[in-house]
Amino acid sequence: MIFPFDPLLLAIVAPLAAALLLIAPLPERVVKAIAALGFLVPAVLGFLTWWHYGANLDAGTGYAFRTVYDTGLRDALGISLHLGLNGISMPMFLMSGVVGLAAGLYALQTKAERLRFYLGLLLVMQGGLMGVFASVDIFFFYFFHEFALIATFLMVGLWGGKDRSYAAMNMTIYLTLGAMLSLLGFILIYIKSGAESFDLIVLRHEIAQQGLSGVAQNYAFGLLMIGLGILVSLFPFHTWAPLGYGAAPSSVSMLHAGVLKKFGLYGLVQIAVPLLPAGSAAWAPALAWLALGNIVILGLVAMAQRDLKQMVGYGSVMHVGYGFLGVACLNALGAGGVVLFMVAHGLSVSLLFLLTTSIYHRTGTFDMDDMGGLVKKAPVLAAFFLTAILASIGLPGPGLLNFWGELTIFMATYEHFGWLVVPALLGVVISAIYGLRAMGKVFYGQPSAAFLKHQESNVVTDLRWNERIPALLLILTLVGFGVWPRTLSEPLNKTLGEVYPASAAAVQK
Amino acid sequence: MTIEQLKAAAADNLWAAIAPEIMIGLLALALLVAELVLPKKRHGIIPLISLSGLLGVFLGLLMNFRPLDLGGTTFNGLLRHTEGSQFLRVYFVLCALLVTVLGIIALKKQKMPKTEFFSIVLVITAALMLLGQAHNFILLFVALETVTVGFYILVSYTRTNPLSLEAGLKYLILGALSSALLLFGIVLLYGVAGNPAAYASSTNPMDFDALRVFLAHNPDNFLASVGIVLVLSGIAFKIGAVPFQIWVPDVYQGAPTPVTAFLAVASKAAGFALLMILAGVFSSYSGLVITVLSIMAGATILFGNFAALTQHNVKRLIGLSGVSHAGYLMLGVIAALTPGVGSQAIGAVFFYLAAYLLASFAVFGVMTHLAGSNDSDQELDHYQDLVKTHPFLAGVLAIGLGSLAGIPPLAGFMGKLFIFMVAFKAELYWLLAIAVVGVVVSIYYYFGWIKAAFFAHWRPPLPADSVADARPVRAAVSLPFGVLLGTLATASIVLGFYQGPLGAWLLGR
Repeated sequence: MIFPFDPLLLAIVAPLAAALLLIAPLPERVVKAIAALGFLVPAVLGFLTWWHYGANLDAGTGYAFRTVYDTGLRDALGISLHLGLNGISMPMFLMSGVVGLAAGLYALQTKAERLRFYLGLLLVMQGGLMGVFASVDIFFFYFFHEFALIATFLMVGLWGGKDRSYAAMNMTIYLTLGAMLSLLGFILIYIKSGAESFDLIVLRHEIAQQGLSGVAQNYAFGLLMIGLGILVSLFPFHTWAPLGYGAAPSSVSMLHAGVLKKFGLYGLVQIAVPLLPAGSAAWAPALAWLALGNIVILGLVAMAQRDLKQMVGYGSVMHVGYGFLGVACLNALGAGGVVLFMVAHGLSVSLLFLLTTSIYHRTGTFDMDDMGGLVKKAPVLAAFFLTAILASIGLPGPGLLNFWGELTIFMATYEHFGWLVVPALLGVVISAIYGLRAMGKVFYGQPSAAFLKHQESNVVTDLRWNERIPALLLILTLVGFGVWPRTLSEPLNKTLGEVYPASAAAVQK
Repeated sequence: MTIEQLKAAAADNLWAAIAPEIMIGLLALALLVAELVLPKKRHGIIPLISLSGLLGVFLGLLMNFRPLDLGGTTFNGLLRHTEGSQFLRVYFVLCALLVTVLGIIALKKQKMPKTEFFSIVLVITAALMLLGQAHNFILLFVALETVTVGFYILVSYTRTNPLSLEAGLKYLILGALSSALLLFGIVLLYGVAGNPAAYASSTNPMDFDALRVFLAHNPDNFLASVGIVLVLSGIAFKIGAVPFQIWVPDVYQGAPTPVTAFLAVASKAAGFALLMILAGVFSSYSGLVITVLSIMAGATILFGNFAALTQHNVKRLIGLSGVSHAGYLMLGVIAALTPGVGSQAIGAVFFYLAAYLLASFAVFGVMTHLAGSNDSDQELDHYQDLVKTHPFLAGVLAIGLGSLAGIPPLAGFMGKLFIFMVAFKAELYWLLAIAVVGVVVSIYYYFGWIKAAFFAHWRPPLPADSVADARPVRAAVSLPFGVLLGTLATASIVLGFYQGPLGAWLLGR
């Protein structure tokens, strides 16, 4: 199918336009309908572009749905709004559409103060997210990320929970530092490659022709690794993340932990490693060790949490370690694993954050010691939560897609680093321990005294349909792609085959 | 000189070339006449006369942006008209327009003579416009003194406020000192270049062309070096660069808010215009100039940001943050001195100045509106809950501050990006590292301000003996002023997304 419009631009503009419309004084039902539409359009377009990806693929550039819009700087600086999807970005684009829809639907049923403003900011965030993965131009890739980040900051500060002001400030300063460092890295590539363009296709071509000096590659990859690492909460730059997720409203946690944070990993896979083979080869061992820090140390920290939301937050930070490990393998196998893993992680983490908030609304607390026996009151919630936990552990079944991603990463790690895979495998055990223990504490056993007391004054219901629909959307997508990963992995393979030979040469010692 | 010689000299006077300045000067006189002629109760229209006159000049300049004689000199080499000077003319007229609007609002809160304020603003504007076209040290000094003397009056305009008087005195003494430094530097340069015994000496060493030729033939003259450093120091006073920044916080706090805005934007831009003009003149001494400016720029960025961290008075805060902006701009000037980067770096500085104007006037507009009768007393606490009482003003404030902080998708970010890119091209790595630290630090105070306006706060209970809340009463925003603020904020957003012909023109050179 040839679209009569640019699907990528529409996916970015639709949420932003919906956000603008919300400024007008409209009745609440219209506001909700507009917002729902704004979240629906990107998700639908995500599925459509996935379905029609092969037919639209342009063999010359390796991108589908490519369009260039000049914002005034194309001739002067080589910056233009260049949209397109390749095998790496297409799964991410789809995933962010789905998670965005789930987060949006979940936000529609919350009783947030000034709901109109809340939905508007969430829509702005969604528009930015779609832009991040649709951009071929590195500048706009960065630009859309920051765009979504501002909305995140405001939403954490305005609607967050405990310590929101501190968390918002902490998060903003950390993330600004990360963003500035990675911006310097991108500018370094821009200047030193001699391409004078931020367009990834041009840069790739130029570097393939001219090469890039080893020193420049070292500095650029170092800046990108640390900068993007801060954004993805690489150990030891992770401290902002659990704090921020703990304080953020659930839809924001879903979108940030699920999608926005993938910016950094995606940037490493799509841009840094293919463009900088020598630089990435020099830094890869350090990156692998830091990734193990995420997996093992933060895994243990997650185990020690008594607060459910903190545990989910640390768990999500722990799991991105797998992503970094896959990146550090510097080959197509590892990179492919990372992309599948990012899709799976995005879906399962946002599901966990969603369900955690639903649990909070039933128990009135995040403290797992004050819960227990919830399964009797809310069996569907328990089933969904178990699905989410199993998925995040990576057990085949509900977590088939996570399994594919992690399995591929482990294989690549074994091939590249040998025995280092052992501590990484330990992570699976750790996440099983804290996940299943949380399951037991929250849903099984006898209700704690505090929970019984809470039940006296509150009626505890099962998951309502307006909570079930977003959760089901995430679960079905996760299971669907777990069963049928070929639709993602085939285009991915093709793109990685084109992009990654450069680094394969660099890996040979 | 004989009559014939005078006639020959006068033949080069092209009065039409400075028609905008003449018109603004006449307008300044017309305002004073209007005050005498009009009955007292009609005095309200005097600022409107000024506004409409300025608007006419503004439109006239835009319509005739590229007059025929662009690139040439007039008045026997006193003035040189370039695309850059045309940009600055438009810039200064726009500043004057906005300052006049702010003046109308601010003066309503004071019992002060009003006409003189608007008249002096016009005189300063005309002098600033000439300054941007200066091609001769005599003209430069006369125009600069006109500006400075005008500011002496404006800074201490609210004469019932002791802080305003103190600010005026400080500005007078330090301004005189800086003029003396500048003048001494000029005299030294005049002396060495006019010495008939020197190689390639000139009979007209005040002329920039003649001076450049002399300096190019004498690339290591000690006295000329001293002169250059003194001239740069004199200009550093105007832009508030370290170590000549001591006057900034006190003067910014004491001066009426519209004057603070005028100082922060127009006076700083004039300083940078001079720096860029003189950078061309001193190009054979670029090693010296780069060293001096680099040390100043690094210290300025660090001092401005760290000193602003601890401020509670918003006028001092914005003054010190303005110091740091001077530092970033100096990065662009240093890059402009590097061969091969030149004209693009100048474009980057101009773009930064444009973004800075839009953002600063948005913030100063909100400040002017919210200020109480004591204009110097504007604390961060006064912004509490602004989003609840005046969501529109809070939004404008957030956009203005976000743009100053350099957050995408706002114009200020593009300005910083361009500066960073040219600095990278000029290989100013250390300064870039300092600039990144500065940007991250600045997030703390800019977002602290946004936090004060947006996030819910615990308010200290009023002390028992106080009669009422000391915080100034908040009035509603009038429609025209609201439209103006909305336009400034929108322009900041649009220029962040779409630089269009402006970006192509400034950076494509």
